[in-house]
Amino acid sequence: MASPSPAGVVTPRLETRGVSKSFGSVLALDDVDFEVRAGEVMALVGDNGAGKSTLIKCIAGIYAMDEGEVYSNGEKVTIHGPKDASRLGIEVVYQDLALCDNLDVVQNMYLGRETHDILFRLKEPEMEARTGEVLKGLSVTSIRSIRQQVASLSGGQRQSVAIGRAVMWNSRIVILDEPTAALGVAQTRQVLDLVRRLAEQGLAVVLISHNLHDIFEAADRITVLRLGRNAAIFERSQTTQQEVVHAITAGIPTKVSGIDHTDTDAPA
Amino acid sequence: MTDAELAIGDYVEPEEHGLGAIARRRWESWKAGDVGVMPVVVGLCVITAFFYSQNSNFLTAGNFTNLMVQMAGVTTIAIGVVFVLLLGEIDLSIGYVSGIAGVVVAKLTFPDGSFEAKGIVAIVIAVIVTALIGLFQGSFVAIIGVPSFVVTLAGLLFWQGVILYSIGDQGVIVIDDSLVNNVSNYFFSDTAGYLIAAIATGLFVLASLLGVFSRRRHGILTDNPVLVVLKLVGFAAIAFGAVYWANQERGFPVAFLLVIVLLVFWTWVAERTTFGRHVYAVGGNAEAARRAGINVRNIRIFVFMISGAMAGLGGVIFASRLNSVDLNAGGGTILLDAIAAAVIGGTSLFGGRGRVISALMGSLVIATVANGIDLLGYSSAIKFMVTGAILLAAVTLDAVSRRRLERAGR
Repeated sequence: MASPSPAGVVTPRLETRGVSKSFGSVLALDDVDFEVRAGEVMALVGDNGAGKSTLIKCIAGIYAMDEGEVYSNGEKVTIHGPKDASRLGIEVVYQDLALCDNLDVVQNMYLGRETHDILFRLKEPEMEARTGEVLKGLSVTSIRSIRQQVASLSGGQRQSVAIGRAVMWNSRIVILDEPTAALGVAQTRQVLDLVRRLAEQGLAVVLISHNLHDIFEAADRITVLRLGRNAAIFERSQTTQQEVVHAITAGIPTKVSGIDHTDTDAPA
Repeated sequence: MTDAELAIGDYVEPEEHGLGAIARRRWESWKAGDVGVMPVVVGLCVITAFFYSQNSNFLTAGNFTNLMVQMAGVTTIAIGVVFVLLLGEIDLSIGYVSGIAGVVVAKLTFPDGSFEAKGIVAIVIAVIVTALIGLFQGSFVAIIGVPSFVVTLAGLLFWQGVILYSIGDQGVIVIDDSLVNNVSNYFFSDTAGYLIAAIATGLFVLASLLGVFSRRRHGILTDNPVLVVLKLVGFAAIAFGAVYWANQERGFPVAFLLVIVLLVFWTWVAERTTFGRHVYAVGGNAEAARRAGINVRNIRIFVFMISGAMAGLGGVIFASRLNSVDLNAGGGTILLDAIAAAVIGGTSLFGGRGRVISALMGSLVIATVANGIDLLGYSSAIKFMVTGAILLAAVTLDAVSRRRLERAGR
């Protein structure tokens, strides 16, 4: 994968090559490659401490990578901070959602990016209309009123609002951190459907999850990390849960630093 | 009704628009713990009815104008408190900071030949000074992370010391400037009062109509027209009613007009500007606000500046009322009354919930109780006990509704 993509292969919307990151003496990421294409859901899985969160935070610009390169649509880019990431159209929906319970849906969707005139007066009608459009575009119809406080929404609805906020800003890559972790069956269903719709609309979606059932339902491909290294990449249609579990718990690094490696797309 | 239905975006169903549906939704959010200013309005009616039944002088025009002037200072300070509470912080220094403003105005206008300033200049300088005090204290809270309780407790002691030091042996500084003294002691003529009510009503109608047109242009749900008209009529009735009542006696006090202007302005800031939205966001979930790119630190510092500036203006009103400042400036129950006013009016101590109008509603309750108990001839001992009980009730209601809101969520 270190070599330029051969003809016929889609250029990834976002690609990282050889990312390393250490905290003191702990090597959290060691030479990790990762990619996600437009219109696909790429699952990122791994046991606790595998480096999923660290990788995401590097991509989101929250951590600076020690080593590694990032390519957006095949072009080399640098991410020095969250601003760089959002300029590239990268949006992260964190596990704890970061919604303000005391504000309503519209206010949360526009939090920190309110449209206003030169007197800093909010353009409420415009924001309300656009919020309605975005949620409708995502087929989020279970929210009765978008002027209702987020505190009164269910977990799935809150997740939908958080995702809606992430995709509203011309984002092209959406990273979802454990979006179904706290949800019941029906609500998990809602959110996974929403995740699929994002990909169908042409976004590149990264789905971090512990739940293999969810992953096999929503993801197109699966990247497995283990102990800060690449363990495998699977096509969902050509693998089984057992195989993925094996890679998570006992996977052998697909590339080892210092050793010249060939293209090691996972066993399929 | 039909016009409004045409304007409804297809996102929200038309059934939601009827009066019945609106009442039902209000009742539901009420049950869920989102009580707003309802309890204080009900409480106010009960208190008024009680005192009126005990003493028919309670509702006289003379007493009414008195009440308006009495509560102007505390209401002004309480507006600043509302902003601080919205962040989930506290400002204990406001009492003596208001005293500082009184001292500044008195010293600057004192005709001793050194640097005598015009009244308006002195007031502006006093408010700037108190805003800077807010900036100083807020910086400790926002940048260094010292709890606001302690920072402003230190401020309470420090500024009291500064007041004692600067007034010194004189014990009192008399204010001679007529503009400063007029702030609390000028009453509008009958005609001027009605004119003000007319202008205020006109502006309110204009603002409501602009709002409706703007929403309709974007094709989203407008407020129920019946409700809009009811609000307009209610506003006009209150405005003209208050002026009419005050005109039976000395007239509408300029101090209360100042309070109204401040309430409108700060309500606008809190509910219609990005800054206000960010204050609510920081108070509701500071981490979410930070991740959304809001500069939490600046918001905190600015809110403490508002608190300082409003305390300063309140201090000017107090000084003007006494035509002097003395060693007690900013002391007594000013601090507790102002904080109690904001809380009784329905602003949550936990941050993120409350409205600027609660400053007025709360201090109306406190002033009404104080005024009524005075009229009945009871001692201030009773006054303290009753006010304390009301404050406890308000805080309990806040805590209960917060728990209900949390349970209703998720």
